[in-house]
Amino acid sequence: MSHTSQPVFDPNEVVVFSDSMMQQMNEVVKKFPQDKEKSALIRMLHIAQAEYGWLSVPVMNKIAEFLKIQSIEVYEVATFYTMFHLQPVGKHVLEVCRTGPCMLVGSDQLIQHIENKLNIKVGETTSDGMFTLKTAECLGGCGYGPLLQCRNKYHEHLSIEKVDALIEQYRNGEIQ
Amino acid sequence: MKNRRLLLEHVDVPGIDGIDVYVKQGGYASLEKALKKMSPEDVVEEVKKSGLRGRGGAGFPTGMKWSFLAKPEGVPRYLVCNADESEPGTFKDRYLMEKIPHLLIEGMILSSYALGANQSYIYIRGEFMYVLNILEKAIAEAYAKGYLGKNILGSGYDLDLVVTPGGGAYICGEETALLESLEGKRGNPRIKPPFPAVKGLWGCPTVVNNVESIAAVVPIVRDGGDAYAAIGIGRSTGTKLISACGNLARPGVYEIDLGLSVEEFIYGDDYCRGIANGKQLKACVPGGSSVPILPHFLVTKTATGEDRLMTYESLAEGGFASGSMLGSGGFIVFDEDQCIVRNTWNFARFYAHESCGQCSPCREGTGWMEKVLSRIEHGQGHMHDIDLLADINKKIEGNTICPLGDAAAWPVAAAIHHFREEFEWHIKHPSEAQTRNYGLIQQPVVA
Repeated sequence: MSHTSQPVFDPNEVVVFSDSMMQQMNEVVKKFPQDKEKSALIRMLHIAQAEYGWLSVPVMNKIAEFLKIQSIEVYEVATFYTMFHLQPVGKHVLEVCRTGPCMLVGSDQLIQHIENKLNIKVGETTSDGMFTLKTAECLGGCGYGPLLQCRNKYHEHLSIEKVDALIEQYRNGEIQ
Repeated sequence: MKNRRLLLEHVDVPGIDGIDVYVKQGGYASLEKALKKMSPEDVVEEVKKSGLRGRGGAGFPTGMKWSFLAKPEGVPRYLVCNADESEPGTFKDRYLMEKIPHLLIEGMILSSYALGANQSYIYIRGEFMYVLNILEKAIAEAYAKGYLGKNILGSGYDLDLVVTPGGGAYICGEETALLESLEGKRGNPRIKPPFPAVKGLWGCPTVVNNVESIAAVVPIVRDGGDAYAAIGIGRSTGTKLISACGNLARPGVYEIDLGLSVEEFIYGDDYCRGIANGKQLKACVPGGSSVPILPHFLVTKTATGEDRLMTYESLAEGGFASGSMLGSGGFIVFDEDQCIVRNTWNFARFYAHESCGQCSPCREGTGWMEKVLSRIEHGQGHMHDIDLLADINKKIEGNTICPLGDAAAWPVAAAIHHFREEFEWHIKHPSEAQTRNYGLIQQPVVA
């Protein structure tokens, strides 16, 4: 089973999607035949997560409203797929691939190094809210490992030195 | 170049990801040929003649899969491209889509034409969002040039093409789970039959093909099915993308002629150039994490001493006792310093994490295997754990809706079969299990 975390619920949160989000969501819905709009759901979760950083229950409810489906249909999808964060995360989520081929070229050591450097364990967020460290199963870059993904970017052929420099770049805002 | 023949021939040309350069290199010529000179049935016929087999891992003949597609009147048919590449060790489709996206798009249009589909989808894993952006840009270019949309090249044939992401789930590479996900649901595989060819996307007849299979239709239409079939050996025709990783001097994506020797692939100058850092080969998983692991003495030679070749048949030579599979072409190489127990545990953890949870034998069994392997790796194993693993294995295999259960069971069974003494050594030497490496195993002496 992919996800174990429980969604956080703040009943007072009022969600209003921005114009740019609404525009993106309307474009995605148009890609599918009438009455098959639910096919746009996963893409919408990606759009919402890009906007808010994570998926709160009120955000998911809003998506359900937009697609004219039940909220539970959104929750059951969001909890199945590992890319969706159902708890607040740091500004930058570092997802390090830990599967076989990456392990052969040093992902275990890399993960341990990042834990020590950021003083957090896998799954935790730094106290300044800057970084969340996660591990991921095979990210499909096996020949270019060890590697990590941060939002839409793949950072490959990593070494301890390279990951140190990368973290500094994120911290200084040189990479968004 | 030797490792860049049909699909990757122009991959290093600057700007090949744009439509103008792609067309200049002969791109969309196959599409013009098909729409102006061939009927859909002609295209299917060429694909059948080519002997092309599904490049996602199963190796089922693509032309035959196409011929199973039901064609009831008044019901739409769909072609869905499986770009959910997530089998550990496999990164070839991403390379192809990122470098030369129009090859996939041209293949999609050709294949859709052959199948009579007017609406097709590319389902790409969500982690590849940046590749999705590349594909969407290329699709927009293809619309602008009249290769997509209404009345393509004046032929009267219409096609719309949409690319849509997953959300992170290995199981969505299984075709019915993929269709569920494409419908905006959890990726739980469906019970077959009915097969997608009869009831697929939204209950309509659907063909699901891997990225590389669809791309291969472009050279097949251009050169003819016979020319494609002339490459390779026996029932392993054409070229195959191999994504090589692990402890190799030059990992990466190579396009090989099927029939190349494994020796040449690992050690040849045109390919991987041997094991990294001058070390020795310990083991190899030649077709993605789901296929059986081979110890060093069964990698380049079969058990009977013949040269092992990169073909569906030669890699499987010897069955489970001494063979493996070509699978998806995810070629993972282990050097002498690697620990087989740790790797087997790592893969078991992967499958336990990725089980959709629908079938009890897989949901529970993958978790148990992960726990047992973890305790062996961490110096807390018992001798009877080895047989316990074999027992769990048997109870998963063949008892699940989809092949994920088998995919989880086979690597464990093969690792114990070939490396039993390394597992036993771990159990007997708990304090050393994580700090000292077992090294190479010896080839058994045949009496």
